Amino acid sequence: MENFYNLVPLIVIIPAIGLLINLFAGKYLGEKGVGIVAVGASTGAFLVSVLLWIALVDTGFEAAVVNMPLLDGWIRIPSAGVEIPWQFRVDTLSVTMMLVVTGVGTLIHLYAVGYMHGDERFPRFFVYMNLFLVFMLTLVSGNNFLMMFVGWEGVGLCSYLLIGFWFDKPGGEGWRNSDAARKAFIVNRVGDFGLVLGVLITFWTFGTLDYYRPHEEPLHVAAHGAEESAPVFAPDVPEAEAVEHAPSGPLGVFNQAHLWLEEGGHRVDFGLFSMSFEATLTVITLLFLLGATGKSAQIPLFVWLPDAMAGPTPVSALIHAATMVTAGVYMMVRSNVFFHASDTTSFVVTLIGATTALMAGFIAMGQWDIKKVLAYSTVSQLGFMVAAVGVGAYAAAMFHLVTHAFFKALLFLGSGSVIHGVEHGHHHVAHAHGDEHHAEPFDPQDIRNMGGLRHRMPVTYWTYLIGMLALAGVIPFAGFWSKDEILLDTLKLGTEQGRLDGYVGFVLLLVAAVFTAFYMTRQVALVFWGAPRTEAAAHASESSPTMTVPLVILAVLSVIGGFMNIPDGFPVLGSLFGVHELTSWLEHSVVYAHAGSFNFLLATAAVLLALAAIYAGRLVYNDRVLRTLRLDPLEADPRTSRAFALANAKLYWDEFYFKYIVYPFRDAAHWLADRLDWAFWHDFVHNEVIYGTFQRATRVLTEPVDRGLIDRAFNAIGEAIRAAAARLRTIQTGYVRTYALSVLFGALLVMFIILLPVIRELLGM
Amino acid sequence: MFEVPSLSDLNVGATLPVTLLALGACVLLVVDLFIPRERKSITAWLTAIGIGVSLVFSLLSLSGAVEFGSGELAFSDMYRADRLTDTINVAALITALLGVMVAYDYLERTRLQRGEYYILLMFSAAGAMLMGAANDLVIVFIALELLSIPLYILSGFRRPQEASEESAMKYFLLGAFASGFLIYGIALIYGATGTTNLPEVWDAVAGVVAEDSAAKFLVMIGAGLVLAGLGFKVAAVPFHMWTPDVYQGAPTPVVAYMSVAAKIGGFAALVRVFGMGLSTFVLESGAPAAWQDTIWLVAVLTMLLGNVVAIVQSDLKRLLAYSTIAHAGYILIAVAAAGTAGLEDTAAQAVVIYLIAYAFTNAGAFAVITAMEKDDASNTSLDALRGLASRCPWLAAAMAVFMLSLTGIPLTAGFVGKWFVFKVALQADLVAAAVVGVLTSAVSAYYYLRVVWMMYFEEGEGDAATPPALAWAIGVAAVGTLVLGALPYLLSDMAREITLAFGG
Repeated sequence: MENFYNLVPLIVIIPAIGLLINLFAGKYLGEKGVGIVAVGASTGAFLVSVLLWIALVDTGFEAAVVNMPLLDGWIRIPSAGVEIPWQFRVDTLSVTMMLVVTGVGTLIHLYAVGYMHGDERFPRFFVYMNLFLVFMLTLVSGNNFLMMFVGWEGVGLCSYLLIGFWFDKPGGEGWRNSDAARKAFIVNRVGDFGLVLGVLITFWTFGTLDYYRPHEEPLHVAAHGAEESAPVFAPDVPEAEAVEHAPSGPLGVFNQAHLWLEEGGHRVDFGLFSMSFEATLTVITLLFLLGATGKSAQIPLFVWLPDAMAGPTPVSALIHAATMVTAGVYMMVRSNVFFHASDTTSFVVTLIGATTALMAGFIAMGQWDIKKVLAYSTVSQLGFMVAAVGVGAYAAAMFHLVTHAFFKALLFLGSGSVIHGVEHGHHHVAHAHGDEHHAEPFDPQDIRNMGGLRHRMPVTYWTYLIGMLALAGVIPFAGFWSKDEILLDTLKLGTEQGRLDGYVGFVLLLVAAVFTAFYMTRQVALVFWGAPRTEAAAHASESSPTMTVPLVILAVLSVIGGFMNIPDGFPVLGSLFGVHELTSWLEHSVVYAHAGSFNFLLATAAVLLALAAIYAGRLVYNDRVLRTLRLDPLEADPRTSRAFALANAKLYWDEFYFKYIVYPFRDAAHWLADRLDWAFWHDFVHNEVIYGTFQRATRVLTEPVDRGLIDRAFNAIGEAIRAAAARLRTIQTGYVRTYALSVLFGALLVMFIILLPVIRELLGM
Repeated sequence: MFEVPSLSDLNVGATLPVTLLALGACVLLVVDLFIPRERKSITAWLTAIGIGVSLVFSLLSLSGAVEFGSGELAFSDMYRADRLTDTINVAALITALLGVMVAYDYLERTRLQRGEYYILLMFSAAGAMLMGAANDLVIVFIALELLSIPLYILSGFRRPQEASEESAMKYFLLGAFASGFLIYGIALIYGATGTTNLPEVWDAVAGVVAEDSAAKFLVMIGAGLVLAGLGFKVAAVPFHMWTPDVYQGAPTPVVAYMSVAAKIGGFAALVRVFGMGLSTFVLESGAPAAWQDTIWLVAVLTMLLGNVVAIVQSDLKRLLAYSTIAHAGYILIAVAAAGTAGLEDTAAQAVVIYLIAYAFTNAGAFAVITAMEKDDASNTSLDALRGLASRCPWLAAAMAVFMLSLTGIPLTAGFVGKWFVFKVALQADLVAAAVVGVLTSAVSAYYYLRVVWMMYFEEGEGDAATPPALAWAIGVAAVGTLVLGALPYLLSDMAREITLAFGG
């Protein structure tokens, strides 16, 4: 089974083959063929992931490093001692990510075959989707930061291509789509800048980018993680032996960091200055965090994600909910040795995550677009994960990442199904009533145009309801378990270590959880409950099986997904499914993973709060309100109208950025272009100073010097020559006797000259 | 006292190129009698074949692939078959071939188509070749006459026309006068040295100078008279005055041929007489030959006068006549350089390189004028060039190439010639001559480029007719000018093995 490890390159190669086939043969294959190739490629990658999982279980979770065929000497500069191989790392963390990416990815590919039906660029869509898989799997499977960076940039590219996939839609919509794509790309550049700086400093500090060298085991701390719970992980080797066991050669970055931290006092020389290793790690992790805020949509760089919903819904589900946006979380969990070492960074991470969670949850309550609500919900949930990283609950962050992938993918696909259905209904109505309806603008994504869809779209409704309960954190759905673990870990950071960020983070996250339950109730009520508010909604129809089957599968996962990490001390279920399964699995690769315990009081309180929020939501959005929805009840109520307006305006983040960053930047650019470059540099320096001076100098040289002096001199010479010529010409008389005489005199002249020295000698001169 | 040599001692093989040409001309003289007037193209073809065969023999000899005869000397040391002979042969024969091609159509349209034209041309070519092969002052004189007399006749070939007759008459009278100087000079040299054989002269002159006898005056005056006689042939100032009148009056194809052939012959003889025979005529040891100053002064005069007077000419043939005078000046610099001990070979090489380059260029330029000229010998003024480029683009381009080459612009053959001439002049410390050469070249650009300007930038009715043979001649000349300019090693390789030194 160990041989399965060697299959890992296939996880990248299979989607690559899929995309190549669709790229070159896509237009001949037809929709069915393209779909089979794309879904097949995704499924193949998923099977490889499963085999890798089996191999890990079989070998006792022993990590492996596998070289990519042909690329094992990827970057090699012997003179500078730089050697970065294209190596895959198979360990519990990377395989977890692979399973999520390929598993959810396959379901979404399948869904997309139905969703994209009839699109004129059907093959291209799946080329992009498979390309995304290639890069995402490169990102999670690499054994060094550079491969992660390659994947990181690659998924950014795919994100850009897919957000703007409908760049040519008529009526200004194409512009909005491509604007959204550019916004995503540009905002991410800021984050990527941080990441690449962090990677460079990492390289400078350690001389390598490898996480761990081949055959190098992660070194675990002696005082391991959470003393409060029985250590699930029993090291195979005693600590002393482990250190002995450390390879003699250069170490990977994490073990090296571990050793230096244990030794203490290590300094990093930056040429002009040196820094303590701990401070260096703080700098690196803060830069990594900047990268994560870009890719994982945290304050201050989250603004691109809601706009990214302009892409086709499967893209929103796969890239902008389940996988790509979690890359930042994965990166931070992968670097947990670094993050754990810096309290400063942890503090910042916690606050950013918790604040983002609360802020996005608040905005989600005031949105009308079904996908925007989910987008802000995603931002909010990513905030939970980031906060978990901040409080050191790396396993909890990964746990929430996995469960969130299930239910958020489910919700997005459900919303896509709803949009599809409403659009279908709209077309039906428009067809029945003639053409005048086409003139009317109709937004199939606006939840005000829906209502009562539970009767028309039962499968979508029930699966969506499961997704909503999971997101809201209602026991026993998946979201409950992961969210509860994060809340508990955050609280414990405050109570047990007396850390302020623990308390603050806990309060923020708890309120965010209440908001979550409320806005999801609002959404389900507006979309599915009550009576249809438009003809289109009244005539909506259920989607095709290729779309509903993934919904059902994801719904099942959203129900049972939480059971993979039942906390210690939970009655019944713990003995049924085992405790801390995911945590103990991750502990093999995540050094600072620790298992969460179960706090009955907190869990009860959280569930009750969620249920209360759902109840409140149902009260506000009751059937009477839903029937004649003009304004949101919160908007209509003077006590909450201001808050609603704020949420609806997205807290003016975009306006803020435009006013204080985009416009000043644009003005500065204009100033640089018009004033500095054109007026000063071009008009003054070039035209006036250089060109003008040159011209004036030339004029001086031309007029007085050249024409006045040189020309006149030469003209005089020329005139003299002409005059001489004219005079010489008169000698040419045409008479032979003249000519003969000239020959005679010539001969005499020649003889005189030739005799001159002799004559001189004779005359004694 | 005289011993009649046997045929095998004559070493006729070494003289094959010139002997074949002369014999061919004699045979053609008879054959032509049987060719009817309207089929004289046969004579032209036979002439071309004769010249071609001789050219092939010359090239074979030059390449060293075949060695004709046994040894360099032939006809009782009268004839010298060395590298200089070969290269002069090639130059003269190419010129003759171009002359035939340029003439054919002209003779046809002016009703002058007579076999004698070609035969005379062959004889004169043989004369030019013999001048290059002369190993004896007597041969120099005979060859000069062989070159000149047919040219006198050819100049008057357009008999009823006054200009042609006048030019022939002038040329003959002045030519005869100049021949007198030459033969007198030869006589004086013979008187001083007791021999006319050039190697023996070379030997004897050193003794004459060493003895410090009065005989050295005889040699000096003799050298001066020889210079006057040959200077007349190459149109050096102050023996140049016939040139514009004769060139203007003579039929243009004749000028195309004789402006080059006379120079080839004349300079070959100058190199033979001064570079070889009189190179030891040094009054003080270490100083250059006594005649060097005279020759470079003549060269300077020639360059100045030729270039300056050319500026004011309005007739194309006259303009080019002064141009040929100017070019004689440039070549004379190289001849003067031969007076510096050790530079004889290099100077001779420069002369040959210049001559070959000049042969293509000048023959081509006159060929273009032939194309322009009307049947009544009009339309050769500068104004006739206006607008030629738009009507005859290829002809104008060729003319532009010739003009640039005459100016000495790089990538043309003319530049290569000037390069070697000025180089050897500087090696011989003839700085003043080289400076005047460069400056007058700049002056010459004025009138040469005016020709180009007229063709390309002036509006007008410029027109020309280029029948096949003439077109071929112009094409060959233009391509030759460009190829020799772009690949200068072709010329320098050909001339590299020329040596004058002997005995030493």
